[in-house]
Amino acid sequence: MASKVIHALYTDDDILLNAVKETRKAHYHIEEVYTPFPVHGLEKAMGLADTRLAICAFMYGLVGLSVAVTMMNFIMIEDWPQNIGGKPSFSYIENMPAFVPIMFELTVFFAAHLMVITFYMRSKLWPFKKAENPDLRTTDDHFLMEVDLGGHSEEEVSKFLSGTGATELKIVEKESDH
Amino acid sequence: MYTLPNKLKLFAIIFMVVGALGMIGGFLAVPSNVEEVKTMMASHDDGHGGGHGDATAAHGGDHGAAGAHGEEGAHSGDAHYEHVLGQLQNRPWAAVYVAAFFFMMIALGALAFYAIQYAAQAGWSPVLFRVMEGITAYLPVGTVILFVLLLLSALHFNHLFHWMDGDLVNPDSDKFDKIIAGKSGFLNTPFFLIRAGIFILGWNLYRAISRKYSLKLDETNDPAYFKKLFKFSAGFLVFFIVTESMMSWDWIMSFDPHWFSTLFGWYVFAGMMVCAITVIAMITMVLKSQGYLEFVNDSHIHDLAKFMFGFSIFWTYLWFSQFMLIWYSNIPEEVTYFVTRIEDFNLLFFGMVAMNFVFPLLILMNSDYKRVNLFVIMAGIIILAGHYIDVFVMVMPSAVGTSWYIGMPEIGAMMFFFGLFVFVVFTALTKAPLLAKANPLLKESKQFHY
Repeated sequence: MASKVIHALYTDDDILLNAVKETRKAHYHIEEVYTPFPVHGLEKAMGLADTRLAICAFMYGLVGLSVAVTMMNFIMIEDWPQNIGGKPSFSYIENMPAFVPIMFELTVFFAAHLMVITFYMRSKLWPFKKAENPDLRTTDDHFLMEVDLGGHSEEEVSKFLSGTGATELKIVEKESDH
Repeated sequence: MYTLPNKLKLFAIIFMVVGALGMIGGFLAVPSNVEEVKTMMASHDDGHGGGHGDATAAHGGDHGAAGAHGEEGAHSGDAHYEHVLGQLQNRPWAAVYVAAFFFMMIALGALAFYAIQYAAQAGWSPVLFRVMEGITAYLPVGTVILFVLLLLSALHFNHLFHWMDGDLVNPDSDKFDKIIAGKSGFLNTPFFLIRAGIFILGWNLYRAISRKYSLKLDETNDPAYFKKLFKFSAGFLVFFIVTESMMSWDWIMSFDPHWFSTLFGWYVFAGMMVCAITVIAMITMVLKSQGYLEFVNDSHIHDLAKFMFGFSIFWTYLWFSQFMLIWYSNIPEEVTYFVTRIEDFNLLFFGMVAMNFVFPLLILMNSDYKRVNLFVIMAGIIILAGHYIDVFVMVMPSAVGTSWYIGMPEIGAMMFFFGLFVFVVFTALTKAPLLAKANPLLKESKQFHY
């Protein structure tokens, strides 16, 4: 089913931020906001749930740490026991200080890379993907707020959005994919 | 204006009195001759003294402060007891020294943090300036006490600084120590005291000037004082980082005059900063809970907690850098430092690493927890206790060796200096309004949000 949305364009991030707050207060539904740069406090104003990426990062870090421990234990202790720093104890725990840099690096490596991949998957981004932004100017100096008309009339919402400082309004038919 | 609650005053005075009694008790309990050591050890053998039997072996050729140098091989019979006697005589002094140093270090760290805020013209922190100024008010008191302790060491009232023994640098003496003699160009008593005087004067000078200008700024609303504060702060930071590093060699590293570590200054600095920021956060939260500092919001606490987290990790990084290189290379004259700590102070040494790293890491990692006062206070208590033990483990192994124990002098000294610190800091907080109202960045600071 096609739904109608209004694209309201703004030229300043502070005006946009206030517009987002007012729109939410007036109980209109904001579909999405497109900005040329991250606007501080926008996600809170839009009422988006907190990211869970940090929890993922922590778990990925633990995976990296486990990989490092298993790997170093196999390579340096079991498969080819090494005399580390003149202390041939052949025990992982007694040689642990020597492995800490690797444990640290792999923790960071796993956390960072898997976090980026998770972020791309979650944001539905992949190479050669067609850009979703409805107006090219949002990559330059304009801010775009997409408001779902819902049951409200076009005039009513347009009038409200002009009042919030929008410089341009466009009514768009949108094929809903969700 | 903040007024000192009578309860708090009483609390601080009780701590000081009880602590002072503990310290005096510690000094009175010191054995004065070998016979007393023997009776003490006989009655203690079932308790913590179990390790004394190994002391002879563990201390062969070490840097024990009890004048055991040059008597290697003679560690039998009374020689061992003399060695223990020296350690026991050092114990109350070392306990006082650890506490005096720890609380002085908090004030000094807070002063450096305060100077960084001015030099960086930080916009988030001006609402906390008066809290920081309150903490740095302890600096004159703390440094003077520490200087008196250093002076008493130099006058041979105690034997904390082993290298101060004149025989060690005298080639004709049978106690002659080639390594210490080689360092005597730098490490000699007069120069040591002169340096200490310069450090202490410089820090206190900046503390006095910055406090004066900060109050003048409020009084006159003249931004010229803000500019002056910026210049003095930037200058002080240069002076500070050089003197702090040398201070850590002089006042801590020289306990083990044979041993050296090139990142020791940084290591002490990291511990100092994390303690100072923790105390700033804790005092801010205490004042806020009493209804003061209404302009401080969660985001300020969040930022302080981020610093606590960050500096804890930084401290661990330095601890590990120092430990791993020495552990890996395993060079006898370097590795003795860690051998004595791992053998004689095992639980404290590794326990304090866990307290200073694992606890802050897990408690303060979550962004939301950094805004919850309870979590920040809990992490803060663990961090402060951990760094107190850190200073303890830096000082005690060379001052008292295996004869260490956490008893009356240690706890007494900690209580006394804690009481003194609380008393001086909270009294200083009553001397000026808690808001530095004329700071040009104040509005930004009040509106600061994450």
